[in-house]
Amino acid sequence: MTEEKPKPGPVVNDFSITIGTVNGSGSQTANTTLMRAFFKMGIPVSGKNIFPSNIQGLPTWYTIRLSKDGYVARSETTEIVVAMNKDSFQEDLEKLIPGGVFLYADDIRQEVFREDVLAFPMPVKKIIRESDTPRKLRDYLNNMVYVGILAHLLGIEVEKLQQALDFHFNGKQTPIDLNMEVINRSMKWAAENLEHESPYRVEAMDGTDDYIMSSGNTAGALGSIYGGLQFAAWYPITPATGLPEAIMKYRPEVQTDPETGKYKSVVVQAEDELAAAGMTIGAGWAGLRSMTATSGPGLSLMGEYTSLAYYAEVPVVLWNVQRMGPSTGLPTRTSQGDINLAHYLGQGDTQHPILFPGSVNECFEFGWKALDLAEELQTPIMVLIDLDLGMNQWMTSPFEYPDTPIKRGKILWEEDLENLDWEWGRYLDKDGDGIPYRTVPGNTHPKSAYFTRGTGHDDYANYSEDPETWDENIKRLNRKFELARTLVPKPKIHRRDGAEIGVIAFGSTDPAVSEAGDILEAAGVRVDYLRLRALPITTEVVEFIQEHDRVYVVEMNHHGQLHQIISQDIPEQALKMVSLTYNTGLQLTADWVKNAILTEEPGFSEKPGSFSD
Amino acid sequence: MARKKRVNELGLSKSDYAGASTTLCAGCGHNAIIGQMIAACFEENIPPEKLVKFSGIGCSSKAPTYMLKRSFGFNGLHGRMPSLATGALLADMSLIGIGMSGDGDTASIGMGQFKHIMRRNVPLVYVVANNGVYGLTKGQLSATAEEGLALKRQGQNKYMPIDIVWEALVGRASFVARGFSGDPKQLKTLFKAALHHRGTAVIDVISPCVTFNNMDDSHHSYAWGKIHEVALHELSFVPPGKSIKVKYEKGETAEVTLHDGSQIILKKLGRDYDPNNRGAALQLLEEANKKNELVTGLIYINPKQISIFDIEYLPPSPLNRVPDEELRPSRDSLDKVNAMMF
Repeated sequence: MTEEKPKPGPVVNDFSITIGTVNGSGSQTANTTLMRAFFKMGIPVSGKNIFPSNIQGLPTWYTIRLSKDGYVARSETTEIVVAMNKDSFQEDLEKLIPGGVFLYADDIRQEVFREDVLAFPMPVKKIIRESDTPRKLRDYLNNMVYVGILAHLLGIEVEKLQQALDFHFNGKQTPIDLNMEVINRSMKWAAENLEHESPYRVEAMDGTDDYIMSSGNTAGALGSIYGGLQFAAWYPITPATGLPEAIMKYRPEVQTDPETGKYKSVVVQAEDELAAAGMTIGAGWAGLRSMTATSGPGLSLMGEYTSLAYYAEVPVVLWNVQRMGPSTGLPTRTSQGDINLAHYLGQGDTQHPILFPGSVNECFEFGWKALDLAEELQTPIMVLIDLDLGMNQWMTSPFEYPDTPIKRGKILWEEDLENLDWEWGRYLDKDGDGIPYRTVPGNTHPKSAYFTRGTGHDDYANYSEDPETWDENIKRLNRKFELARTLVPKPKIHRRDGAEIGVIAFGSTDPAVSEAGDILEAAGVRVDYLRLRALPITTEVVEFIQEHDRVYVVEMNHHGQLHQIISQDIPEQALKMVSLTYNTGLQLTADWVKNAILTEEPGFSEKPGSFSD
Repeated sequence: MARKKRVNELGLSKSDYAGASTTLCAGCGHNAIIGQMIAACFEENIPPEKLVKFSGIGCSSKAPTYMLKRSFGFNGLHGRMPSLATGALLADMSLIGIGMSGDGDTASIGMGQFKHIMRRNVPLVYVVANNGVYGLTKGQLSATAEEGLALKRQGQNKYMPIDIVWEALVGRASFVARGFSGDPKQLKTLFKAALHHRGTAVIDVISPCVTFNNMDDSHHSYAWGKIHEVALHELSFVPPGKSIKVKYEKGETAEVTLHDGSQIILKKLGRDYDPNNRGAALQLLEEANKKNELVTGLIYINPKQISIFDIEYLPPSPLNRVPDEELRPSRDSLDKVNAMMF
């Protein structure tokens, strides 16, 4: 008997799993079941679906990160790989760290060419054949085999898997039982046949007590509903489709009129994004709380109508769930590349406020806030998220009921017009804040009607080509934009004692940037972090930049679009800002942020590798 | 002594239905459309505040400015009036929408939205002022121009024309008519019927462009229309709650009853024509085209075709008057929603 080195204890609740499957093989059920089981065990967890633009057949990956410390960004390393797809077998094996665990379907007849990993062949076909699974469902239940084997290896509580399946199948007993039978059978097989123990384990903890699990698209839909949404028009596009679909799913639950049993909202699937924009603007003009949701290509098509809505001052909300462009780009990969598009959408001097939710919870919050802002400012409001935030399931704090009443802005009905002691004009800046009063169709007061046009108009909405009138009107619209600066959500700032450098980021990169701050601090570099939540930038942003020697602007596009916009806004501070861009279509990681900052920081760039993993 | 102003049942005079002075060319067919629309709304006693005007871009789409100044209006984008109207009209289903479009607006860029508003049967009087030419951009051929038409600017048209009526029939519009600016009496009756129809009422109006396309042999000219117009029937309209005044011989007329109980009386002119038969309508068009006839009148109608107002599950009171406190679901309901998440 050879003498063994003393084994280190297993790594608990701090590792990543990458699962490589075939798209359309039903792996989503298996993967979300795993993630939800970890979540129910109280372990902070995140799941990222990295999928192809395809219905069936191409390789797809799912990464699950468990982090006892609560870090939910994608991890650059993977400690466990499950290989179910022969086409990505080699690539998947290469991803694994030395000493990692490699589970693979034993019908993949390829060599496990690495000796520094712990390999477990899984008799997937055999287990399924011996199970109760009907022949026609076998291909779909294959994936439950790795769920069961991982449950054994990692120590996942079976009842948590059961709860996850119960949720996934909405309590339908037959599919739940079929899946559980495969899981149990696979666990039993693993217990009887696997000789090695896993160096990675899970243990129940209390890290998810105050959290729910949801996606940004669902949260955006619900937030809009709680913002009094009355109209949505949309056209199917990845990755935004889930948002209007969630409106349709949840509105019967909360928006049904108790007396008539009818909904107090309309959702129209339009013929294209040109029409979706037109309908949304028609509804907003007529006094409905109105929105659309799309992605980059769709937003491009909405440009002309958005320009009209800007100039005619029609309140609407446009959600853009960003995917990678230019062009059709990478339709199923994430990006923050539509900031310029959204900010300046339309011909002429257009400029639109943008809200940047940074979490699923904030998607809900900005859902209702965007509708308020649109009507207060009588202008299109953009809400930008991305595929990662929109489509993936995230742990998030529960949705909070709006803490302010619905704001409808300056709108005049019959009685209001009757009691006015001044002559109303649709575009007359009575209050001096740039925002005029509006009326909407259906108002029966003889003075209520006006003619809305995208052509030049005066204070009373009459056609005008007068040079001064034109110039004054555009200046007023810009005063409105300056007012927006004081109304949009302020940034969230995380300060560290003695930090001389700052980081600005927004949206789905928040977890990676936050984690990078901790890693950098451990390495002796303190950074303050400002999470931007809207454009135009507020005074807090300007002060933050002024306070720091250098400010890194981190974003997921190539040109550094946000960096450009902020630089233009405060040119005197521009030289202090450094653009850090990551543009691969994958989610940002803390390691990337850390390395990117250290490469730029004086005193660290000379010593490459000094902070490498 | 000043002449007493004629008023309708609402006590409004025709000037209450007027708009800004027209800036279209003198003699433009569109002015006849504007005049007859004003007359139809006035005579039908529709409160101007209940009417909403929409339009796209082009000479045709300027028309809403020149009528119904007491009505809300929205001059939208080229070819995209239908989507604008769809969103707006859902805000208050008691409003009556009038959409003004042209042949460039509807038959080119707007073909998609034209087809889709018919598919949804959004209640809207959809008027296409059709002159076969782009006026505002100074005389280019439009997609409805007949093959062989020669225009000063571009020479001869070598392509086949798009027929708005044909497209409307194939697009399953629930009301399809053709009028002619040179036949104002019929036009007014068609407008009246369309204003009472619960669904998309497409009225293709041959409306000559006196500046660029009014040559005697052009299919969109006054002269050609006067010679080639074949009215399918003599139309009269009986508003809801009113009775037919004129006595007709038995078998001389047919009636169509609309959603609100109003009636369209079709008096035969030479041929038996049933406007409830889409197949027959297509046949009629095909034959008329061969014979170079400009068929006018009510070509097809189905008052029972379900509209978007019936399909969408909406309460009867206007959505845009839902009070703020009813807009936001209750606090309790959010607890339920949070519990629905995992």
